[in-house]
Amino acid sequence: MDDKSALFRRLFPAGHDVACQGPVLQGWGDAGDGRMHVVGTTDHAAIDTRIALDLARAVLEAVAQDAGRAPRPIVFVADTQGQALSRHEELLGLNGYFAHLARCVHLARQQGHRLVTLIDGEAVSGGFLAFGLLGDAIVALPGAEVRVMDLRAMARITRIPLERLAELARTSPVFAPGAENYWRMGGIHALWAPQDDWGAALRSLCAETGTEDQRARLGTERGGRRLALAIARQVRDAA
Amino acid sequence: MTRPRSYREATARRRVAGLLDAGTFTEWVGPGARATSPHLAALGAPVSFDDGVVVGEGRLAGERVVVIAQEGLFNGGAVGEVHGAKIRGAFERACAEPPRAVVFCIDSGGVRLHEANAGLLAISEIMRAQFAAQSAGIPVWALVGGACGAFGGMGIVARLCDAVVMSEEGRLGLSGPEVIETVKGVEEFDARDRALVWRVTGGKIRRTLGEATHLVEDDLTAFREAVAALLSSRQGPVPFTLETLQAAQAGLEGRAARDAAVRDGQVLWDRLGLDDAALMETAQFNRRLQELS
Repeated sequence: MDDKSALFRRLFPAGHDVACQGPVLQGWGDAGDGRMHVVGTTDHAAIDTRIALDLARAVLEAVAQDAGRAPRPIVFVADTQGQALSRHEELLGLNGYFAHLARCVHLARQQGHRLVTLIDGEAVSGGFLAFGLLGDAIVALPGAEVRVMDLRAMARITRIPLERLAELARTSPVFAPGAENYWRMGGIHALWAPQDDWGAALRSLCAETGTEDQRARLGTERGGRRLALAIARQVRDAA
Repeated sequence: MTRPRSYREATARRRVAGLLDAGTFTEWVGPGARATSPHLAALGAPVSFDDGVVVGEGRLAGERVVVIAQEGLFNGGAVGEVHGAKIRGAFERACAEPPRAVVFCIDSGGVRLHEANAGLLAISEIMRAQFAAQSAGIPVWALVGGACGAFGGMGIVARLCDAVVMSEEGRLGLSGPEVIETVKGVEEFDARDRALVWRVTGGKIRRTLGEATHLVEDDLTAFREAVAALLSSRQGPVPFTLETLQAAQAGLEGRAARDAAVRDGQVLWDRLGLDDAALMETAQFNRRLQELS
């Protein structure tokens, strides 16, 4: 099992204690200026109702722990292959459990916790939407894979030949999997390199990150998503 | 009595016209603006002048509302960059000029795969913008009665709404039955078994579980009346505190434990003594549920 201890040693040189219950991570780490909360998943978890509830509880516990004191940052570790696919999970209403998790994340933001997501491994679709993708700042670590669906499955569903998709993937960031494409579209704030000082980078992200959703603006500036901000503005300003 | 007009069969524009007071709708960035998807065009796929979503404001029972209506007939109501930006813009506008409520006619399979990354980010941005509107005291109500239902990221968005009005024909979930069958096999979920699909995802089982707050007939007027009733109740957004979310957590834990092995809504109906739920008229079903609560 991948308990991410090598990652935590790099992030938290001043110490950490992160427990791994199944695929769910919960604990604290100290990047050099005090403890921050750590919540996340490992082993490319397929997020089901159980995991969604465990993540939601961990977020609520972080909020409750800091009641009456300065809210500490929460580091989300995202490593998910997406949502669990099962009839039982659908009958339970997995989307509602994801919505609950998203609400807990939003509560943490409102209560003043800075939310920093680190993608270590995979970040795919539904499992990412309700959790890591709601962070104030989102970082891809080296080797991180970010996608909605792989190109072969997309070719099957859209009925566009794989060769055509592969060709377009080289020029268009909007559907090709990859952390760099998400960076160009503003969906990932930073890509950390292996040689970077991750502890220092995490400290400065926590200090600098605001709570406004800047992704559409970043996507415009970086040229990967030219319409998201402009069209929303048109709607806001329409006569 | 007016002739029933099917909500399911209506286009997004007809839904908006049928929901609002006559002649009160103003569309923002409508088809005249030609805001089409460059990503669909690059693939040689058909585009739509509204990119599959209608946004604007109008009056319903005299009260000002912002309306968002997805067009299920265009790419399954799926969310791309432009489509998503229109929805996000509508929520931002609602924050700037608060209406009494946002009425969100969801009819979507989720992310538009042709522009998958942009669609995923757009849904995340919609979630953030919707939270902002709710935090500003504006309730958001989902109507789910179209042929595409509310799935994928839009299934999550639907459950972030303060009320969910469904018809029996509406469907709500995360992964569609076809996706589950393709990946996990027909034994896991037979997507061609329509009765089973509705017993797992349909309006009646979602109402039974409390996820849909209202179940109405497949009739535009019935949807309009449900929204009018919500307006006259004067209720704001569902409160959002550590205590309310801890209570919600306990409720969801309880349901997951109680229904740990259930794979068919019929099991839940049998347990409640509603064994003929699938056959009941909507009014009768609502009455029986009311008696049980």
